Amino acid sequence: MRPDARRFGRPPVTDEELEVDAGGTARMRANPGRAGRLGLRFFALGYLALLLLIPVVMIFIRTFDEGIGAAFDAVTTPEAQHAFYLTFLMVAIAVPLNTVFGVLAALVLVRQRFRGRAILNTVIDIPFAISPIVIGLSLILVYGRDGWFGQWFIDQGIQIIFSVPGMVLATIFVSLPFVVREVQPVLQEIGDEQEQAASTLGANWWQTFWRVTLPAIRWGVAYGVVLSTARALGEFGAVSVVSGNISGRTETLPLFVSKEFEQFDIAGAYAASVVLAILAVTTLLLMNRLRPKEESL
Amino acid sequence: MSIVVENATKKFGDFLALEDVSITVPEGSLTALLGPSGSGKSTLLRTIAGLEELDEGRVLISGDEVTRQPVQQRGVGFVFQHYAAFKHMTVRENIAFGLRIRKVPRDEIKKRVKHLMRLVQLQGLAHRYPSQLSGGQRQRMALARALAVEPEVLLLDEPFGALDAKVRQELRAWLRRLHDEVHVTTIFVTHDQEEAMDVAEQIVVMNEGRIEQAGPPVDLYEHPSSEFVMGFVGPVNQLGDRFIRPHDIDIRHVPDPRSEEAQIERIVHLGFEVRIELALGDGKHVWAQLTKAQVEELELDEGEIVYLRPRRQRVFNGSGEPSTAEQPLAAS
Repeated sequence: MRPDARRFGRPPVTDEELEVDAGGTARMRANPGRAGRLGLRFFALGYLALLLLIPVVMIFIRTFDEGIGAAFDAVTTPEAQHAFYLTFLMVAIAVPLNTVFGVLAALVLVRQRFRGRAILNTVIDIPFAISPIVIGLSLILVYGRDGWFGQWFIDQGIQIIFSVPGMVLATIFVSLPFVVREVQPVLQEIGDEQEQAASTLGANWWQTFWRVTLPAIRWGVAYGVVLSTARALGEFGAVSVVSGNISGRTETLPLFVSKEFEQFDIAGAYAASVVLAILAVTTLLLMNRLRPKEESL
Repeated sequence: MSIVVENATKKFGDFLALEDVSITVPEGSLTALLGPSGSGKSTLLRTIAGLEELDEGRVLISGDEVTRQPVQQRGVGFVFQHYAAFKHMTVRENIAFGLRIRKVPRDEIKKRVKHLMRLVQLQGLAHRYPSQLSGGQRQRMALARALAVEPEVLLLDEPFGALDAKVRQELRAWLRRLHDEVHVTTIFVTHDQEEAMDVAEQIVVMNEGRIEQAGPPVDLYEHPSSEFVMGFVGPVNQLGDRFIRPHDIDIRHVPDPRSEEAQIERIVHLGFEVRIELALGDGKHVWAQLTKAQVEELELDEGEIVYLRPRRQRVFNGSGEPSTAEQPLAAS
């Protein structure tokens, strides 16, 4: 497996690894004395708690400081509701598009040999490599009033920048690599013999893809979808640049949180943050539940 | 359904995988493509199936040219070395795959799958997944899957290569019986000469993208047309330009004018067969294959000096007929 292919997020976990995760280090093969093992465990858990867990928990605690009612009120204002709606819209458009494109791109990259393949492979990493702010600015350069296509779109009566279409583009841009990068190693691992077998049995390209390839890569796809969703939910930088931050019109949930915070409406910021965090964590938990228990990837 | 390949040539980049290869496989026969790895045997099989496209040449299945036909339309069953089982489908779903694609009615599929499961002796495993089967069971499932669509020809690419020796042996015998029963024209690829001889009615020996010799197993063994074939279809001692099979060497205790002196270096008991490793006067090594009874009768010991006489030997001189005359073992 290519070392870079699993760089992003957690790779699909096999049963064996799961056991180590769940049962702690005690089951690891190398057996570095009891004290050593406990020390290692304490260090790993402590590090995670300090950096990840405590800040998230603190948000929850602060949010409900003034009671559930206050928190509920803060996230049910019309502005907040619109922010929810926009964030869901981003996810609903960006994630399906990225899933279809991601699977196709992975198929092309793994199954075909052509000139420029290495370049395409690198291009897919651009959203990870470039700061989201820069992505937002680059979109303005292309679709803005003075951009390449911007004027043409405006002539057609479509405004992209400082409007919802631009935000969708930005969200697609930043969450594009996840499905490709999750599916690619899985495709590589299963090889193409099953697909060849299907073709000798009379299946055409679509039948082979639908009945053989897709079921074989489904956990890779699912994990890619989860990561894409989490990213699309939380994207701030790129969307912020192209949205213009118009309250109640081009404000997604992360932008809403940021604005509340800047306006010293701390309670509102925390409450919305909690909702955002719950959404993201639920997605991840859902994935954990979905993950195959018997089948190895 | 006969298979004919005419003047097939196939290149992978600079590598010439097939060079002007022509074979004819008679209808209903069981043919082995035998050769070392890289000899082009798998490529030839895959071009017949349509999994590879030929650069030059033609492929005919039962008289119809299929050279440019896509794999889906060729009516071939293909079995892969590593099974290529559909891992997310049960045994039943695997076997039914081709029938589903062909939109065969449900009842008919049920009947056919049941019959095939019996044929490949997988009764009772219908709802297992491939990961719950042994290697031999997986390969039989793959075979049933290939046979389900009633192919005109059955192509097997090193079908037993990934299995351990005992299972391999069982499956060979089973494949032969199956072929008697189903009688579909079958080609299988192997690098194991014993497997080819055991199973096939006709063997095509390949080397470096070309066909060395084709014929029934006995012919290849008794009348190899080249050093390569002689060396590949059975064990051989090479001395200069002469080739002698180990079982064609007689060992005696007394010299005669046509025998050669040698010292026994090692006696290896392999059950019924005994391998005698010998050093000749000029330092060359040969080995002779004797039966247990012969060795006991001769009372051979390691370190002993004995006298060898070949019953038969061959010299290959390019295209000419090999010499089979009895000659002393060492050059005079």
